[in-house]
Amino acid sequence: MLTGEYIAIGVFALIAMVFPVITFLLSRLLRPTKPEPDKYLTYECGLIPFGDARKPYDVQYYLFALLFVVFDVEAVVLFPWAEIFKSFGNITLLLIEGIIFIVVLALGLIYAWREKALEWR
Amino acid sequence: MVAELVDYIMSNKILLGISKGVVVGLFIILYASLMVLFLTWVERKVAARIHVRYGPNRTGPYGLLQPLADGAKLIQKEDIIPYAADRLIFTLAPVFAFAFAVLPFAAMPLADGLILADLNVALLYIIALASLSIIPVIMAGWASNNKYSLLGAMRAAALNLSYEIPLVLSIMGVVLVVGSLNVFDIVKYQTEYIFGIIPKWIIILQPLGFFVFFVASIAEMSRIPFDMPESESELIAGFHTEYSGMKFAMLLFAEYIHMVFGSMLAVLLFFGGWHLPGLGYVLSFLENFLSGFAYTVVKWAIQFGVIVAKALAIMFVLMWIRMTLPRARLHSIPTFYWKYLLPLALINLGITAVAVAVVG
Repeated sequence: MLTGEYIAIGVFALIAMVFPVITFLLSRLLRPTKPEPDKYLTYECGLIPFGDARKPYDVQYYLFALLFVVFDVEAVVLFPWAEIFKSFGNITLLLIEGIIFIVVLALGLIYAWREKALEWR
Repeated sequence: MVAELVDYIMSNKILLGISKGVVVGLFIILYASLMVLFLTWVERKVAARIHVRYGPNRTGPYGLLQPLADGAKLIQKEDIIPYAADRLIFTLAPVFAFAFAVLPFAAMPLADGLILADLNVALLYIIALASLSIIPVIMAGWASNNKYSLLGAMRAAALNLSYEIPLVLSIMGVVLVVGSLNVFDIVKYQTEYIFGIIPKWIIILQPLGFFVFFVASIAEMSRIPFDMPESESELIAGFHTEYSGMKFAMLLFAEYIHMVFGSMLAVLLFFGGWHLPGLGYVLSFLENFLSGFAYTVVKWAIQFGVIVAKALAIMFVLMWIRMTLPRARLHSIPTFYWKYLLPLALINLGITAVAVAVVG
């Protein structure tokens, strides 16, 4: 059925990966290489860098991330509904079901809002 | 001989897929690259005009060769990977950035019948691939082992969490109106007319949906006022602070390709794709003179030109916005998207569903 189309995407993905690599190799032929120890230090506005960047980091938006997972899954669930909406036949049934789903989503959003999950902390 | 070969390729699904991937894929990469080169010039020129200065005007007529000069400079630059960086991920990030930036184009029609892969779930594929673009940013930020880069990557993640859902929900309004996930069907729907005069572009039916889509896609392209991953006045260059030479060029390419992608998607979904009032007469006029294959090529060229012209108009608006507005503060962005844009998108979806059920 659609195998040809997905093969085309696979080939395209391969080309898209190879293209940057080719430009890197091309630039390797043209560019100078003059190693100096100071060049390879981490850039920190000219100061001598201190410490490591990979430290435990306060992610202040983790609640957004939790909500995001929930809403993203619900958005994916809504896609088939939106696609068959016109061609299904019993449009009232689909409309009522869809509205109920959207209202539940909205209620979830209102709950998160009232619980102050939508604040940057 | 050639005709037989073409027939044989056409009859074999796998060969057809491979040849389509190579030919259209190379075309897409060429198009995206030329567009990026052109855009870097346009952006500087527009910025200069808005600032009342000249902009690049030394290299070639109107400075049009400036992007080539920049490319020639970047390809000769020494490639520096800091000692502290993770070499493998540091190198892979630009490769993935470029690949993920061009991959969504695979399911986007470039003209009537010209597409790399005609999927039945095209929109879902496009959204999924477009949201992958966050991964190379995080890879680059993490691998650099630089505080500014890591902060830029974390900000990119915060931005991604904000815009994604309003974007998906606003696109769903379009799907509801048309009843298909295939972009061909969506553009075909827009070639009709309301009352015989007004073109049935979806922006007329979905103004609220377009507003949500546009604001969300500005964040998707990470441009001012939502250019959190870079914010050059706060984080030097954000996630690509440590990059130099061609690797930097690839990250920059990816960023501009996102801009091309976002405006092309807006054109296809909301502004009628290749449809222009009156273009149909021109095409049927041309059909009298040209035979089969030549006509198809000319038709594709014209339709592709229409899409690019409309996309350039949207990109001009994006540059205008960039020159006009200051950068939003990070902590206000997720709040703005979740508190204002998401409810708007939900309301739009509800109204659209009722309207489609009533009007049909």
